[in-house]
Amino acid sequence: MSQSAPQLSWRLLRVWRRDWLVTRKSWLIGFMTPLLEPILYITSLGFGFRILIPEIQYEGHTLTYVVFMAPAIIATNIMYTAFMENSFSSFVRMYYQKTYDAIRATPLSVDEIIAGEIMWGATKSLMAATIMVTVLSLFGLVHYPTGLGLLPLAFLGGLLFGAIGMLFTAFVKSIDMFNLPIFLLITPMYLFSGTFFPLENLPDWAQSVAWALPLTHLVSLARNLCLGTISWMNILVSGGYLLAATALLVPLALRLMRRRLIK
Amino acid sequence: MPIITADLHPMSDNVIEVREVQKRYGTFTAVDGISFDVKRGELFGLLGPNGAGKTSTIRMIYGFSPLSGGSLRVFGHDITTGWRDVRARLGVCHQEDSLDEEMSVRDNLEIFAGFFGIPRNVARERANRLLEFFGLENKEKASVRELSGGMMRRLAIARALINEPDLLILDEPTTGLDPQTRHQLWEKLARLKKQGVTIILTTHYMEEAAQLCDRLIIVDHGKILVEGRPRDLVAQFVGKQIIESSPVCEGLRRFVTERALEHEDLGHRMLIYCKDDEDIYHEITKTYCQDNCILRMGTLEDVFLKLTGRELRE
Repeated sequence: MSQSAPQLSWRLLRVWRRDWLVTRKSWLIGFMTPLLEPILYITSLGFGFRILIPEIQYEGHTLTYVVFMAPAIIATNIMYTAFMENSFSSFVRMYYQKTYDAIRATPLSVDEIIAGEIMWGATKSLMAATIMVTVLSLFGLVHYPTGLGLLPLAFLGGLLFGAIGMLFTAFVKSIDMFNLPIFLLITPMYLFSGTFFPLENLPDWAQSVAWALPLTHLVSLARNLCLGTISWMNILVSGGYLLAATALLVPLALRLMRRRLIK
Repeated sequence: MPIITADLHPMSDNVIEVREVQKRYGTFTAVDGISFDVKRGELFGLLGPNGAGKTSTIRMIYGFSPLSGGSLRVFGHDITTGWRDVRARLGVCHQEDSLDEEMSVRDNLEIFAGFFGIPRNVARERANRLLEFFGLENKEKASVRELSGGMMRRLAIARALINEPDLLILDEPTTGLDPQTRHQLWEKLARLKKQGVTIILTTHYMEEAAQLCDRLIIVDHGKILVEGRPRDLVAQFVGKQIIESSPVCEGLRRFVTERALEHEDLGHRMLIYCKDDEDIYHEITKTYCQDNCILRMGTLEDVFLKLTGRELRE
């Protein structure tokens, strides 16, 4: 029950299943957002920015702004979807609905509950990314077959940002406190991770900071998969970063949630 | 799947064995070395004022909270190591509602069955039976938000029964319910008991405990004050009958002191534990307060207040 080693088994899928069945009830809302978001971005930035920014230099390629921007829409959505799911939504289940307390009367450990929740957050990221990739493909903005790599990337990124969300869930006293990590971490990442403009435009020190942040690596991989410019070096560095961070933060989230819940 | 024959003490009739169990939160000791057994098929009560350690004890029994000391066995399994096997065979109805508000009544049952690994067709069939047993058939499609307090509690107990548990743990199941719902629930619990389910119950309603429980303990400050059958406890601590006088005249005060009668003087009200001696009542009513005195049955509530005191908690 309170052992320091995680108690994990396939039973975590039962928690995942619960979240899936509940979400399925309101599938339309879940479906609409990733469907409309890329269309809004593309029409807004495509038409609005076309005159301001005719083309953009990215790692030696000359791109239109929409082509540059489109993969970042997917990457930031992967971040937001999993982070929100395992911060606000998980907190509601834990604190208000007492869902975790109820499950803890069944043969499931706290680790399995939290791991199932993080896996569900990653699944939501994957589902949203699948819809977005489909929409962007219709606009001819995804290069294949490399574009298919966006799907496993969405799951991996979802695990990582879900774990980050869960880390805050392990600490916050009230639901309003999630505004703090959003303001101090998520929004700055959204703005400065090579999303709206190439990192090369930043001063050297700011570039170094950006490369320390997970979203930068997610955006970099997503963009190169979308453009078909993915390199082994890119996979090794950014993929390695995301894997290592996930391998570090998921167990940490489990451990901190155990500390919060087992009393 | 529950393993029926996993008990390490197959001869033992005890479903729960609590030995010198302690629970500390930092420097605060919530449960201070308690020991008791719950026998198979028994309806066992856990009574005590707020903050006495009831919920802490309950939570240790189903492996929700780790023990700070002592040992606890359920179905013969040590709860610290065998909690998965234990939980597969028990059902818990929490004090706070933990139903899934986003889901329908039926889905609450069927999805919860999933946590036990119960196949979907079995879950469906059990949900049918439980909905009928608790009179919720007509509400199966309703969302939990639409239910009354009584219906929600019935659903919570139904959910606790989805794995057909051998042990049902109810933490204040009737708090906040109207008398009709409460009585109906008592009847359901009696039927479950008849089916062989062992039940452990906490409650603040002494009438409920007296009616339902085969045996009970009263705890306070993390320790057990008494253990026994409700009727025996009443007989032992307050007697079958009590003389109650309100207001209290000075003559009566002198009388009980002179005769060294066991009594409790609450200022405006006095309880005299006459231990089945009805003559005392006649003597008192003849000499002192004819109109202000009544002879009534001793109750578990008298026992409870006598043992745990009358000052407010929390």
